[in-house]
Amino acid sequence: MVTFTLNGQERTFDGDPDTPLLWVIRDFEKLTGTKYGCGVAQCGACTVHLDGMPRRSCVTPIATIEGSEVVTIEGVSGTEADAVKTAWTGLDVPQCGYCQSGQIMSAVALLQMIPKPTDADIDGAMAGNICRCATYHRIRAAIHNAASSMEG
Amino acid sequence: MTIQDIKATRRGFLAGSGLVIGVAIAPKMLPAAPTGVHAGGDAALAPMNAFVKIGTDDTVTVLAKHIEFGQGPFTGLATLVAEELDADWSQMRAVHSPTDNKVYANLMFGLQGTGGSSSIANSYEQMRKAGATARAMLVAAAAEDWKVPASEITVQKGRIKHAASGKESGFGAFAEKAARQTPPAEPKLKDPRDFVLIGTELPKLDTHGKINGTAIFTLDITPDNLLIAVVAHPEHFGATVKSFDDAEARKVQGVVDVKQVPAGIAVYADNTFAALKGRDALSIEWDLSKAETRSSEELSADYRKLFGEKGLEAANNGNVDEAFKAPGLQTVEAEIVFPFLAHAPMEPLDAVFIKADDGSVDIYNGAQFPGMDQEVAAKILGLDETKVRVNTQLAGGSFGRKAQFGSPYIQEAAAVYAATDRSRPLKHMWTREDDIRGGYYRPMYAHRMRGAINAQGQITAWEQVIVGQSIMGKADLDSTSVEGASNLPYTIPNLRVSAHNVQLSVPPLWWRSVGHTHTGFAVETFVDELFQKIGKDPVEGRLALLGEKPRHAGVLRKAAEMANWGSPVPEGRARGVAVVESFGTFVGQVVEVSVGPEGAPRVHKVWVAVDCGVAVNPNVIKAQMEGGVGYGLGAVLFDAVTLAKGGKIVQSNFHDYRSIRINEMPDVAVEIIKSSEKPTGVGEPGVPPVGPAVANAWRRLTGAPVRQLPIVNIVSA
Repeated sequence: MVTFTLNGQERTFDGDPDTPLLWVIRDFEKLTGTKYGCGVAQCGACTVHLDGMPRRSCVTPIATIEGSEVVTIEGVSGTEADAVKTAWTGLDVPQCGYCQSGQIMSAVALLQMIPKPTDADIDGAMAGNICRCATYHRIRAAIHNAASSMEG
Repeated sequence: MTIQDIKATRRGFLAGSGLVIGVAIAPKMLPAAPTGVHAGGDAALAPMNAFVKIGTDDTVTVLAKHIEFGQGPFTGLATLVAEELDADWSQMRAVHSPTDNKVYANLMFGLQGTGGSSSIANSYEQMRKAGATARAMLVAAAAEDWKVPASEITVQKGRIKHAASGKESGFGAFAEKAARQTPPAEPKLKDPRDFVLIGTELPKLDTHGKINGTAIFTLDITPDNLLIAVVAHPEHFGATVKSFDDAEARKVQGVVDVKQVPAGIAVYADNTFAALKGRDALSIEWDLSKAETRSSEELSADYRKLFGEKGLEAANNGNVDEAFKAPGLQTVEAEIVFPFLAHAPMEPLDAVFIKADDGSVDIYNGAQFPGMDQEVAAKILGLDETKVRVNTQLAGGSFGRKAQFGSPYIQEAAAVYAATDRSRPLKHMWTREDDIRGGYYRPMYAHRMRGAINAQGQITAWEQVIVGQSIMGKADLDSTSVEGASNLPYTIPNLRVSAHNVQLSVPPLWWRSVGHTHTGFAVETFVDELFQKIGKDPVEGRLALLGEKPRHAGVLRKAAEMANWGSPVPEGRARGVAVVESFGTFVGQVVEVSVGPEGAPRVHKVWVAVDCGVAVNPNVIKAQMEGGVGYGLGAVLFDAVTLAKGGKIVQSNFHDYRSIRINEMPDVAVEIIKSSEKPTGVGEPGVPPVGPAVANAWRRLTGAPVRQLPIVNIVSA
């Protein structure tokens, strides 16, 4: 039995301890905003925040997160999350949209660590998130816009 | 644009053209919507016609006959309706229409389907008429209620007004009454000069749900008691199951059953992880007797052997053989080999099947050809087509992957469902490995180019031989193999283009921009090489040969102007240019390239000029150009699916089928040529020019022409 917090609520899981956090969130908790894209931490579609840090949930066995706090796209909140979502909306970043939960979770984590990221910071934080529609151009602009909106 | 030929493969589904007016949506017996499913329509919405419903809350819902997988039809089709309806953009909504090959036919295909960058092009008048019809019905209802002449009523930004009496209303109050009006036989459409929404940068309708996790894709449909199924597929094309041992798989906690199905061995489980773990535990022996066992390298050699043989003639102007014999010529030759490409949409293929109490089945999937999916699934499930409902869902990309003749993916998924007793809903899903190794690739192609330059520095002859699979499965010439080459835009007096169709058990498919993915590259790099030999500027050289192609010339001039072509380029960088027409849309691109950290091209900036006729939504057009640049660039730089010696598929996931990432994405600037021509598509046309433009810059920068893709393989070899 693994106990963890999901978007502020205490949850338990008593299935196969090897089960990746991704499938616990999707299949058992029925929160489907976190996506499957590769299963091997190559695409970032499954990115969640684990104790405040971005984590690829597809390669995170549930047994390893005992006592941890998990935040998904459905639960992410605060100044950075608001700024990111507003900026994403302003530039109409998503195309197909499937990767965008992961992109947003990575972007929020970036802004939480570096409020005014450079292009190099963005490359470093976001290169793990693939977007096959290649919305990268707008993602970069939206992160800069979000950072600007948080100033002052 | 030969995806339209798809209708030739259909029996009897030649739909009438024009608007289907006044066809109310027949109420369908929908099962209780499973968690996460947005049912297509709401009972409180009054249908004005097959495409427009108006709610009592003033919302206008457009039933989109085209699937939304990122290319923007929800927004585009709603813009067309809203324009003629005189709605306010804030009241517009869009959902996928039901499946109906007649009512919701793509007017270019003759059946319901999305592809060929045709969503806006085929809907431009139809959706405007749908909006104008609904407007007329609202006005008629208001006139009746207010007892005033309809001609005195105006509609603006979602408000119906009668100035003389001071009466005013939103749409909702008249929605039900309007639905009972007789629709006008021929609704009057606006003069384009009076457009207030078309041509403006309206925000997209589907953004909100895609930034907060609420947008529902097929993978997100999770009815109670759901069974998850995955299939173990062979690692060779054409291989079949010889024998298998499922003892270990059945021991996995959560695995419910294991069955052999036509596609391989299916594992059924209570949750996704159990299904995957169970699949990993299978032991399967494959029969390779009918499998493709040649490697990509061997295929390439076999393809190139065909260059010297007589092929299928695609173009033959002037006299190429004579022209090459003329004295004093300089001839240039090139062979270019293109690899198999996977589409790799973010959401791998998936489908959900749910049986209703009456035995009918609802299918939820990212249906690009929903009517075909319905027909195929019905056959496999042993049901009448009327007992199978295909409910189109948002899809995490496609890039052509979901547009398949005979719906082979749905065949696999339906067979997996049919093998159960249907007592539980079933979700069949592919993993990324299934996707990369699943075939239906952009085929491998080999091109041989020959060009002749006379003493005056004119290109006098051009010969191009193209070898590869016919995507359409044709024995004779497949226009998708030669489009962009057989109709070379440049005026060259002697031109011959021919093709050879190759038979392989690697299933082919169209990949975002189809034939232009390779013909655009071959034509635009080769012509650029000829200009370099002659000493002509690549922009000036092209313009001189585009005398009969003003729209090509227009986007080329614009892109050059945007890039300030001819101005000094920063040290260590070079610029390249390309212009390609695809699907009736013209795109010119200039790129700026340096040698990147891996020794491969680093693309810093791309200037894009696009002429797609009337620009319905510039925001969506720009997004598609940006995305097309990224998608095309990633493939040209990094991507290949290769067959190893013995025929085994090498790549399996994003670690070796590499996608472009944010740190590799160039800055992209887009300008749209102002035009009053009918709108054409933008989903694909941004893709073709970027590869050749980069290769052209690379050749000028390093002296090395690109003869094999992806480029990263050459520089790392």
